[in-house]
This record gives sequence, C-alpha cells and structure tokens, in this order.
Amino acid sequence: MQYDEKRLTRIVATDCGSTTTKAILIEWVDGEYRQTIRGEAPTTVEAPLNDVTKGVINATQELEELARLKYHNPDIKFMENGEFVIPRKGDVGVDAYVSTSSAGGGLQMMVTGVVASMTGESAERAALGAGAIVMDLIASNDKRMNHQKIERIRELRPDMILMAGGEDGGTIKHVVEMAELVSGADPRPRLGTGFKLPVIYAGNKEAQVHIKESLGDKVDLIITDNIRPKLETENLGPARDKIHDLFMEHVMKQAPGYNKLMEWCQGPDHEQVAIMPTPAAVGNIMQAIAKDEKIEVVGVDIGGATTDVFSVFTEEHVFNRTVSANLGMSYSISNVLASAGLENIMRWVPMDIDENYLRNMIKNKMIRPTTIPSLLEELVLEQAIAIEALRLAFEQHKEFASSLKGMQRQRDISEAFSQSTSGATIVNLMTLDLLVGSGGVLSHAPRRHQTVMLLINAFLPEGITRLAVDSIFMMPHLGVLSEISTKAATEVFKKDCMVYLGTCVAPVGKGKIGKPALSAKLQLPDGSTWEEEIPYGEVRLIPCGVGEVAKASLKSLSGLILNQNKDRELNIDLHGGIVGIVLDTRGRRPFTLPTEKAARIAALKKWMREFKAYPESILQ
Amino acid sequence: MGQAYSAGLTVTDSIVLRKERLLPLKGQVLVKKGDKVQAETVVAETLLPGKVVPFNLANKLGVTPGQLNNFIKIEVGQLITKHTVLAETKGWFGMGLFKNEVRSPIEGEVENISSVTGQILLREPRIPVQVKAFIDGIVTDVIEDEGVVIENKSAYIQGIFGIGGETIGEIKVMVKNPADEIDPHAIDDSCAGKIIVTGSFVSYEAIEAARKHKVIAIITGGIDDLDLKKLLGHDIGVAITGHENIGLSIVCTEGFGKITMARKTFELLQKFDGHKTSIHGKTQIRAGVMRPEIIIPQAFDENELVVKEAAMPILEPGTLIRVIREPNFGKIAKVTGMPEELTKVESETLVRVLEAQFEDGTSMVLPRANVEVIET
Repeated sequence: MQYDEKRLTRIVATDCGSTTTKAILIEWVDGEYRQTIRGEAPTTVEAPLNDVTKGVINATQELEELARLKYHNPDIKFMENGEFVIPRKGDVGVDAYVSTSSAGGGLQMMVTGVVASMTGESAERAALGAGAIVMDLIASNDKRMNHQKIERIRELRPDMILMAGGEDGGTIKHVVEMAELVSGADPRPRLGTGFKLPVIYAGNKEAQVHIKESLGDKVDLIITDNIRPKLETENLGPARDKIHDLFMEHVMKQAPGYNKLMEWCQGPDHEQVAIMPTPAAVGNIMQAIAKDEKIEVVGVDIGGATTDVFSVFTEEHVFNRTVSANLGMSYSISNVLASAGLENIMRWVPMDIDENYLRNMIKNKMIRPTTIPSLLEELVLEQAIAIEALRLAFEQHKEFASSLKGMQRQRDISEAFSQSTSGATIVNLMTLDLLVGSGGVLSHAPRRHQTVMLLINAFLPEGITRLAVDSIFMMPHLGVLSEISTKAATEVFKKDCMVYLGTCVAPVGKGKIGKPALSAKLQLPDGSTWEEEIPYGEVRLIPCGVGEVAKASLKSLSGLILNQNKDRELNIDLHGGIVGIVLDTRGRRPFTLPTEKAARIAALKKWMREFKAYPESILQ
Repeated sequence: MGQAYSAGLTVTDSIVLRKERLLPLKGQVLVKKGDKVQAETVVAETLLPGKVVPFNLANKLGVTPGQLNNFIKIEVGQLITKHTVLAETKGWFGMGLFKNEVRSPIEGEVENISSVTGQILLREPRIPVQVKAFIDGIVTDVIEDEGVVIENKSAYIQGIFGIGGETIGEIKVMVKNPADEIDPHAIDDSCAGKIIVTGSFVSYEAIEAARKHKVIAIITGGIDDLDLKKLLGHDIGVAITGHENIGLSIVCTEGFGKITMARKTFELLQKFDGHKTSIHGKTQIRAGVMRPEIIIPQAFDENELVVKEAAMPILEPGTLIRVIREPNFGKIAKVTGMPEELTKVESETLVRVLEAQFEDGTSMVLPRANVEVIET
C-alpha cells in the first residue's frame, strides 16, 4: 500500500542495529518530505533488558525531546504509554512507524549445494540477497568428510538452512545425500527450543519426494522452485521470498521483544508493515539508484558486527550483495586485526604506535562496542582499521560477484582472445560510476574529507568515479519506508540522505615516484582554472561544490590509462561535491605504499594534508 | 535532557540471583522444587546423541543403491556392535561362494538407510552429560525434562571479559591495593584450588605461575592482549569465550591493559577473602550477551528471594560511572551534569556529553558513550 502526503505527515523509522538503535523523523514540511530529526540509543535485544522495543522507546524519546526543542513546542509526543500513537492527532502521534533490524545477530543461515561453485554459490546468492549472513556453505564437493559436514551443521545452529542442488532432471543422488547429512545432524535453531528448524529446499524438482522422506519429520521443510533449474539459469526469486517469509514468521518472533515490535510497525490504516532485515533494505536503495540513473554502483554499509557490500554491474543491472560476517567496527573490530594483520593496519597510521597499545585499544573496543574515539589519535587508528575492514569486505565481494560458473558459453572471436572465462568477477572498477558509503564510521566521520580518504584508500577506484555517502546513516530506514511511500523515501533520499562528496580521478598503471603521471586542466564553475602536471605518487584535492561541474582536460602520462577504453586523453565533466575533486596519481594495479617506515609515514602525512583529513596537530 | 540509558556492569554485596541451569537436550531432572543444593550438586542429566558416522554401504557391497534392500541385514533403530553384519550378498549362484559381507565399523545404532544414495547413517552410543547447580542455593523452579532454576543471595561482580569455564573455589586476595600487580613469585602451593585476586594487571608470568600451582581462577583489573594471544596460541577474533581449556579461568573486571580495578570491586573481593565462590569466564558480546561472573553465596532466608525486575541503568546527576575509553580509562566518577547540546570533542566528533567529577575532585566533560554505569 502506498500513501501520499495527505496521509503521511509524520513518520518515525528505526533501524535496530547490532549495537545501536537509530531513529529518524520524517515530516511533510513546506510541500516536501524531509528528514528533520535523528536520535539513537543502545540496542536492547540482549540481557539484561531482553526486549528490542526498550531501545526503540529510548531512541524515540530522544527524537521527541529534540523535536520539542526544535519546534519550541512542549506538547509534541510520538508515543503514549510506551506505544506509538497512530495516526497522528495534532501534536501527538505519528502517521506511520516502520523499522529495519539486524539486532540479535541478524538472519544467520547455512546453505547447501551439490557443487560449491555452482548450485552452492547460487544458494549463497539467494540467501545473501534476502539479507542473511551465510555462516557456511556445505557441498558434496567441498572436500570435507561427511562426518565433518554433519558436525559442522550441528555446531553452527543457524536460523534456517537453504538447500539447493542439481538442475531439474539432473542429479538426485547427491542432493539426497546432502539431505541425509542434514537429517543426521538433527540441527536445532539458534532461537527457540520448542520449534523445528526451517529448511527450504530449492533444488532438483525430481528429488523433492526423496527430500520429503529424508527430512519431512525432522525439520520444518518448505519446498520451492529450483534455484538453478538449468546450469545457465539462476532463479533466485522464489527462494529469496521464502527466506523472507520464514524470517518474519519464525526467526523474528523468537527474538526478544520482536512480536511487540512487529505489531508496532504500522501504516496510517493500521496495516502492518513488515520489519525488513537491514541489508535487504539497503540493497533495495542501491538497486534503485543504479536503475534510476542507469549507472554501475558499488555500495558499502560498514556496521559494528558486519560489513555489507552491494554492487550493481552490467547493462542488465546484475545485483550482488555480500555480508562479511565478522568484519565490523565494534563487536568484530578485533577480527579485522586478526584477518588483516597488524602490519596492514599500521600501514595507514601516520605515527609510531606501540603494538601493545593498539592491540589493547582494539580489544577494549570489542568488549565495549558502543564507545567512540574522543581522542584524535584514537580516531586516526579506528579509521585505519576501517580501511582494512572495507578492503577485506570488498575483496570478498569481488570474488563472489561473478558470472554463473560452470556453464558452457558460446563465445565470439573477441571473447576468445580476451581469455574471459565463466565465473569471472563482474565488478569492474574502471566502469564503476558511483561508490556509496554508509555506516557509522563513514556517515559520522567528523570530516567528510575523512570519508573520501577512507573510501578511496579502501576501494581504490579506477578511472573516474563519483563518491557519495549516506549523510547520517539512514539508507536502511528509507529502504523500508519505500514499502509505504516511494515518494517520501525518494524525496528524503535525494534531499537529505545522499551526500555527493565529489569525484575521484585515478589513472591506472604503474609509474615511478616523482615522474609525471597526470596533466590536468580544470575549468572551475567560478571561472578560475586549475592546472598542474602531477607527479606519480601524489594526491590533489580541488574544491568544487555540490551540483557544480568542472570542465576537465585530462592527459595521463608515463603509460597510465584513464578509462576502460585505455584512453590517455579525455575531455570530461567532473562533478563536484561537498569535498571536491580528487586527482589521485598513486597508481593502481598495483597500488603500493612505501615499505620503509619513515618514508611511508611521510607519504601518509602528505596525502592526509592534501585530503584535509585531520587537523595539523596530528600530522606534525 | 536530564537522563539517558547507558550500559552498565553490576557490582554489589547483595543481590538475589536467579540462574537457569538447562540441559542441552531434554533429559532427566534430579532435584525437586525446594531442594537446597550445593554448587557441586548434579541437578540434571541427559544423554547426548552420539556422533553420526555416514557409511556408503552400497559401495562397500558393490551393488547399486536401489539393490541395497535385497541384501540389508539391519533395520533403522537397531542396536549394533562393532561386528554386526550390516549387509551381505548371496554369493555366486546363491551358494555362498565369494559372498561379500559388510560389518559395522562402530558400536551404536542404525539411524537411517537410504536406497537413493546407498548410504547408511550409524550413530555412536549416547554420551552422558551432567549439569551442576554451579551456585549454592534453592531450587525454585523445575523446568520439566530440561533443567532447574536456582536462586540464592550473593555478593555479585559482573566482569567485562574472561576466558575459561565454570569453576568453584575460595577467594584469595594477593595484593593490598586495586592498583597493585601480582608478583608471580608470590603464587605458591598455598594458592592451589583457589581463586586469586590481583589489582590492575596480571602478567603472562603470573598466569604461568598460577597454572603451575594449580590455581583455578584469576580475577584481575586488566590483561595484555599479547599475553592472551601467547596463552591461547591464537588471536581472539570475536568475543565468544568460555570454552578455553587452559587449566584455569580468568576474569577481567576492567579491560585490556593495566587498569586499576574499581575500588568498589576490589573492596568487595577483600571483604569476601576466603569465601566459597562460583566463577566463570564465559563472554559473548552479541546475540545473547553474556559476561563473566563472580558469585559469592551468602546465608539467606527463603522469603528474601525476590528477584528485582531488570531495570535500565540510567545516567543522571549522581550516578556512579566508570570511564571506559581513553583518556582516563578505568577511572571512577560521579555524574554532575547532563548538558543537552551536542559537543565537539578532541577528535572533532560531535557527541552528547556529560559532566563528571572524579574521585580526586577534578571534573571533566566526557562523551556519554564512553562511560558505563556501575550498578549496585
């Protein structure tokens, strides 16, 4: 059901994250929808409160208090007796309340397939697309012994299992074998002792009867269309829908306080609006941007427990999402250290830090995940860790976002020469138009310049790429709001959520430090001209505001290239942003940092100064 | 805004505790409502299903899965020994010549026979599991076939991070002040079976000495992450702990690094020096938060057992807080003001702050996110 401004004048939307419950107020102001106030409170899904709605009430109370201050009106109230008043009656109540959630660990799934890189990967794509964290992929050919697979299923305790395998009319034996392993493990759900684990079967339809025999009595078995009916076809929709339904019916209801929260989520006619898993909501927004503007997009949402990466590539707008389950900035921060290694984090730190100090700082953040860096030095360290978390999550995404593996393709002669293979990544940084960041460390960085620096250092965009950030981390809210008002979601998204930071120009290739790399002449909107031949290994930041365009003549030197056509000269419009235009001649494929410590620190300081990322006090 | 919700840790000399002690699977409860139990009492037990051993019988027999039924000698649910014949062929011309028989590789029972895959699932014998009371107290509720609820009155300290499982012993305070570190040489055989208490820090050498002298647990303000890595042999990625098998449990009350133990915590431990204590290092920070606990049971009347409803720890003027991030990490202060406006801190972050006064009388403005309430 969609509503317009006559029915929706005041909406509260929350996102119950693993660490924090964020609330925003959206109002119809002077003929348009605007996001007006923001509040937050610790998430309360866990002990001692064990009730997610307590955090929602706290965050909403903050909204109410700030609204009273903003409008000098002590009568403003959204809740009465601990519940939302819907619809609004003057100063009291709201017209709708909607919510997303990744609290309580989000939706945790396990998937099975016959061949890991084919049906297994398709199952993984379906689960990830539905907003799940995939805890493990078990396949006939994954090289583990059967008893090890059984042990693994038993120990993981997922919220649900998605089983794929076999094209229609293909293998039955291997699919049934997986079902027998699941049956042998007799898996129990993470939440709720009294109900059976939901298992979705989306494999070879001819094996359905055997699957029922094997699993029917032990689990809550749901059968849906084959995820990979033919090798060259993926059919993810039906399985994805089932996952979402089951998530609402089984998993959410088991989490403390969710029943109440589900009842609270209502539109103006008191119809329920489903709670959406946070990543699913952000995925909706990313796809909408790509389709509306017909561009290729990479988005990232870095949270406390996970980092989600989204991409939309190719003319068919192929959407992929990955969740790096243990790469995040609070609960999982220690795992970034374990995964990236101390050296990789330290390479982004422009000062000498004792290893023990850094280790203890990271662990302290892990055990007290809601703290924020109040010292500048700690902010710099956290942002260095964020670069590595983003880099690792993007590496995982690139590996996963690939064309279908294992299928036979007819190739034309050009493809034969280009050596392209099935299963190659479809993430092409050279054709990427827009890189969008979201999540606390990116949205709440004290300076937007820091966000630009983090995105560029982590993703290493190539050629010409626009950069944007979710202003105050509200993409999840808007993703679910679009369920009842596309108009409100779109207006707020364009006016208040999406902040264009600028454009990054990064010639690709390897050069020598100090040798000319890029000759750039920019006609700026104020009539002035910026011109320089930039040596290899440098960064330049040219202010050019939001909505402004600089006419650029670019010439890459020393063998570097500027775009996917391998052009070395380009006349192009570069879009400005709140930070400006970044000319980055530090090279790509490979991008390297000086190995010697003093040289590396000197280079980092020089770049950070150019990015205007930090106050001079920390760069001396 | 006069108050806000904040996370907190409980440190108190008297609390009514309610502990669920549940079996991992349904089983048998061995005590009844009203029973007085000791921490060491076994309150429930069950048999966990044994390990599953998948076995491709059709392959072993040299027949197709569809033919397996013709040769099978067992049925689902049947108990088997290691030499039970699972299936056998009839041999040439039905005369038993070159007969092929397959025997069970394990003792246990038959879980499943599949004529699609030719695979059978055998299950090893069940494994007995016992759940102990863990705290001295009274059984106030029996959850049929699943476990019990035990209640008592205790002095109670919630740690922030720990390793190692549940253990029971006497407290032995080894230092004089909460800022002191334990001397490894002070740990000797008199510490065997005890829970030793240090102040701000425990070094790797002290932990090694404790293990050597059979100490069962250490309570400390802080620990170095590098020492922890050395101790466990790996880096902790996410804080899900409690299963470490290193001979003792460790509970940190403050965090990582050298951090003076909160005076209140230290004094409470001093007060109960020599008392029987239940302690565990289990920590899980997300999806069902769990913090390590130090539980010192006290004498009580049954009518005292009224568990307080969980309340939200509130920050407001007068609240006792602990600073949980630099600068001043670990210091204790009292909230003196809760300004409404967002305030810029050194990192240039705009945050909600509070005004606080430290124990030495100095005052400071702190981000609200960087303090925790000391619950009593």
